[in-house]
Amino acid sequence: MSENVYIIGAGIHPFGRTDSRSGREQGVYAVREALADAGLDWPDIECAYGGSAAAGNADIMVNELGLTSLPFTNVANGCATGGSALAASQQAIASGMYDLALAVGFDKHPRGAFNAKPSDYGLPEWYGQTGMMLTTQFFALKIQRYMQLHGISRTTLGRVAEKAFRNGTITPHAWRRSPVDLDTIMNAPMINDPLTKYMFCSPAEGAVALILASEKKMKELGADGVKIRAVSVKTRPPNSFEVFQAGISIEEGGKPTVLASQAAFEKAGIGPEDISVAQLQDTESGAEIMHMAENGFCKDGEQEEWLANGWTEIGGGKLPVNTDGGCLACGEPIGASGLRQVYENVTQLRGRAGERQVPGKVRFGYSHVYGAPGLSGVAILERE
Amino acid sequence: MGEKIDPNLWSDGATPHLMGGRLPSGQIVFPMPTGDAAEGVEPYKLSRRGKLWSWTQQGFLPKEPYEGPGSGPGEGPPDFQPFLLGYVELPGEVIVESLIVDARLEDLHLGMELEFCIVPFNARYDTFAFRPAAQAESQAA
Repeated sequence: MSENVYIIGAGIHPFGRTDSRSGREQGVYAVREALADAGLDWPDIECAYGGSAAAGNADIMVNELGLTSLPFTNVANGCATGGSALAASQQAIASGMYDLALAVGFDKHPRGAFNAKPSDYGLPEWYGQTGMMLTTQFFALKIQRYMQLHGISRTTLGRVAEKAFRNGTITPHAWRRSPVDLDTIMNAPMINDPLTKYMFCSPAEGAVALILASEKKMKELGADGVKIRAVSVKTRPPNSFEVFQAGISIEEGGKPTVLASQAAFEKAGIGPEDISVAQLQDTESGAEIMHMAENGFCKDGEQEEWLANGWTEIGGGKLPVNTDGGCLACGEPIGASGLRQVYENVTQLRGRAGERQVPGKVRFGYSHVYGAPGLSGVAILERE
Repeated sequence: MGEKIDPNLWSDGATPHLMGGRLPSGQIVFPMPTGDAAEGVEPYKLSRRGKLWSWTQQGFLPKEPYEGPGSGPGEGPPDFQPFLLGYVELPGEVIVESLIVDARLEDLHLGMELEFCIVPFNARYDTFAFRPAAQAESQAA
């Protein structure tokens, strides 16, 4: 039997750069915000899952939060750290073993693009030595081909970034709070053709904590809960094209995002047309465009029309995408990034998003995270 | 000629080939697996001709473990020149990631014919690359 699971508390430490706090301190800050939001104290939490990619272990947070002897599992799953922490805490409650669980993710990265070690990914040294092991190249190579095959223009890439920065101006937790106009975005230095500086997110800092509860516990507390309708995490299938691949199969394979999305929709018993707001992995502008189709919200190539007509804007008429500015405006602290998307959907579904609130009835919120070495996590939340 | 950046990356001789592997299933992979993963995989000489599958230009100096121009002692971004790279589809075999040389960004297009070549990489090493096939032919002529 599987219990219904609700998010009853959500906390965030503003994303960006906070020189005065370590990544873990930002995590502790987010946990305290989430506890206050749920009206709980730390000793109420029965189990915890969390982690970071570059800012240390999460379980040490008990030094600051309190030595309550709770089981605290460190999650180290790259870009899916937050998504995996959410899935684990959801399962802990769905199984009936616990009534209150914490999922937390935080991070603090040095400035500039991520640098990866070939051996960590099972790759030969020459791949890194010759300058081919950069995540930014993968995204450029993927969107370059996609643009050729599906008629996506460079202007559309620019529009995605313009929207992100505009949404960032009205989001308190965003890093980039100033608008950037389309011309500036299009004429900025080229990082990896066709993507300019403003079309890429930057590694950053930040933290998010979510408190999950069983239905019984939520009712007992009288908490303002948002239901988790589905969580799905998938790694890559055969013959897929992912970040850090020196060779790709000539057979076109599946995509982890498509698999995670289909599994989540199936579990939730709804379809893309039912979603009111979506947070899609936007490591760069092209990723948001491709992920719109991979998650089933439009067909390949239709993004050109969607962006030209502003259909993914808040109040844009079809589907608001990345309402808090996404990774482009918030930056990407790896361990926290996937949970930020869920935080944003909780905020939207509770109707607490202020200036960036999606108008009308917001029933289903969709979030999607993607990362190396080819994995995707999708969560569908419902306001009952 | 410099040292090969990886002794097993391409075959020796007058007409070198990039080395892939043939899995027991018949599928061709690149690079040739190493260690336990190489069991049952036959080294396979990949085609020297292919078609451009996707491309980009590296516009900034990569961090470690990059060892190309700009990364040496006392060097920095001013010593770096943007370079081209992409994926090349070797028909019926595999799509390989490679540096692209002797071409300009604006000349690159989907499906363009490319040819395998060995190029100097840094003070010590040579590496492999692909270059426009027509140019390769005219140079050979």
